[in-house]
Amino acid sequence: MKIGFYIKKGILYILLILLAAACLFPFLMMMVNATRNGTEIVSGFTLIPSTHIKENWEVVFSYFNLFRGMLNSLIVAVPATLLSAYFSAMTAYGLAFYKFKGNKTIFMAILVFMMIPGQLSLIGFYQLCAKLHLINTYIPLIIPAIAAPGTVFFLRQYILSSLPASLLEAARIDGAHELYSFHRIVLPIVSPAVATMGIMGFIGNWNNYLLPMILINKNEKMTLPVMMATLRSSTDISANQGAIYLSVAISIIPILLVFCFFSKYIISSISAGAVKE
Amino acid sequence: MGKIAKKKRSKITAYNNWGYLFVAPFVIVFLIFSVYPVLRTLYLSFTDLKILGDAHWIGFANYKRVLDDKFFWKALGNTVRIWVVNIVLQLGLAFLLMMVFSDVKYKMKGLPVFRIIYYLPNLIAATSIAFLFQTLLDWRYGSFNIMISQIYKLFGATYNPIDWLGNPGSSGYTIAVIQSWMWFGNSFLMLMAGVQGVSRDYFEAASIDGAGRWTIFGKITLPLIKPIMMYVAITSLIGGLQMFDLPFLMISASSAAYKDVQTVMMYLYKFGFTTGSTQTGYASAVAYVLFDIILIISLIQLKMFNRKED
Repeated sequence: MKIGFYIKKGILYILLILLAAACLFPFLMMMVNATRNGTEIVSGFTLIPSTHIKENWEVVFSYFNLFRGMLNSLIVAVPATLLSAYFSAMTAYGLAFYKFKGNKTIFMAILVFMMIPGQLSLIGFYQLCAKLHLINTYIPLIIPAIAAPGTVFFLRQYILSSLPASLLEAARIDGAHELYSFHRIVLPIVSPAVATMGIMGFIGNWNNYLLPMILINKNEKMTLPVMMATLRSSTDISANQGAIYLSVAISIIPILLVFCFFSKYIISSISAGAVKE
Repeated sequence: MGKIAKKKRSKITAYNNWGYLFVAPFVIVFLIFSVYPVLRTLYLSFTDLKILGDAHWIGFANYKRVLDDKFFWKALGNTVRIWVVNIVLQLGLAFLLMMVFSDVKYKMKGLPVFRIIYYLPNLIAATSIAFLFQTLLDWRYGSFNIMISQIYKLFGATYNPIDWLGNPGSSGYTIAVIQSWMWFGNSFLMLMAGVQGVSRDYFEAASIDGAGRWTIFGKITLPLIKPIMMYVAITSLIGGLQMFDLPFLMISASSAAYKDVQTVMMYLYKFGFTTGSTQTGYASAVAYVLFDIILIISLIQLKMFNRKED
């Protein structure tokens, strides 16, 4: 009985570890293959790294400048994340603490747009950007982040549950300006929730493909995912598999670094997203 | 007395007017970049706009054409097929993992480490995942098939390489499996959040009262995670029916498998944004038909989940 229990438990652990291996193995293959050249990769599979990383590197960077792509992605993702965080907190606070006409309507619109799939606005959005001459600029990738219905919804719930009204009334009695109260009292209190949503927003912006692909077609302006997608049409680089593995490896390093530092926040934000419903 | 109350009220109204200022930036950007595009797409779906030039009102002609086009139905069938395989694997795996980690008898350890590893594939851009697997799964030169054939050789057998992505019969399933690989960790985290949101006391109290682990699972754990199951099912439906990145990047238009993995979004993209075949009005109608389908299936899902409650 007791032995059977431990055997079963052991089997469960083995299965869990195998699943973990399945998650990591493709990345391991990628890392190893990034150091091998095309002929080596084709001739057989191994987990022992080779010595061709420098040649692969040269092939990759003669085809495209991935660091330029990373920089472009940062130029888009950082301001979009900051704008989204700041204005979502502001909107959430406005909706949670002030009674004004239209408050309920705005909240309903937020709920509706959380459920509307993105493809519904895609064509209208593109047409709008074309009309405003915003194609090949980062404005349509950054400014719309100010209105993020999901983030506002989440922060509104958070503010209602964690910000005591008495605190703000006390600030009013002390003569604090409303904007001052927002910056000095509200923002610090909601900052954990803002950070959580911010990191997820950053990852989403960083990984976004469809919208930047449609809006950006100049090589020097491409964000990292769009730049990576040009691999599709390259024949010289796809002749050398090692170079493809290396470019994939380089493209995922920044997000892995973010994950190393913020994994706690990321994990908790998904959990928070689940519980809020 | 009345005067003071009035003064106080007007002061409160003045405070409340600040609310307008706080929501103004959101409302302005929301109207321009969210509401307008959605309505504009709706308007365009009733016109014959190509890409430039004037839009003429043509009523429901685009919608009729969508419903009559067998390629649209084929694309919808592909999308649903890939999504169903994907969601069964993804939610099934997440559910099993949740059962293992919430089991009161085995009390498995290591959740913080396992969940990070399981979640990892979800972090990485679909474009990178697409090229990684496209290269790994190449039927002749990909490391995946080479590895399998080496393993076969160890046992003295010969492996007949499977064309995972190029074969019309297997490519959709390959993509569904990769999609589940990317998302099961996310679903698992959500389900676990539901279980952990409950106080340990419930489980212990039930345990002390002599409830078996299956009773605890059925009577406490399951009802608790039901809303989250529903949330995961609906969000994955919305995401899944809009599937684009992986099949678009992994299967080229010249591949034999293309017509079996073309999703509705790829179909929409073809008419909405591909030079040469741009028919903006028609693509807008496709977007709204897809939206209606998503809406109907979501409502059915909601109904199903609610019925189980009785």
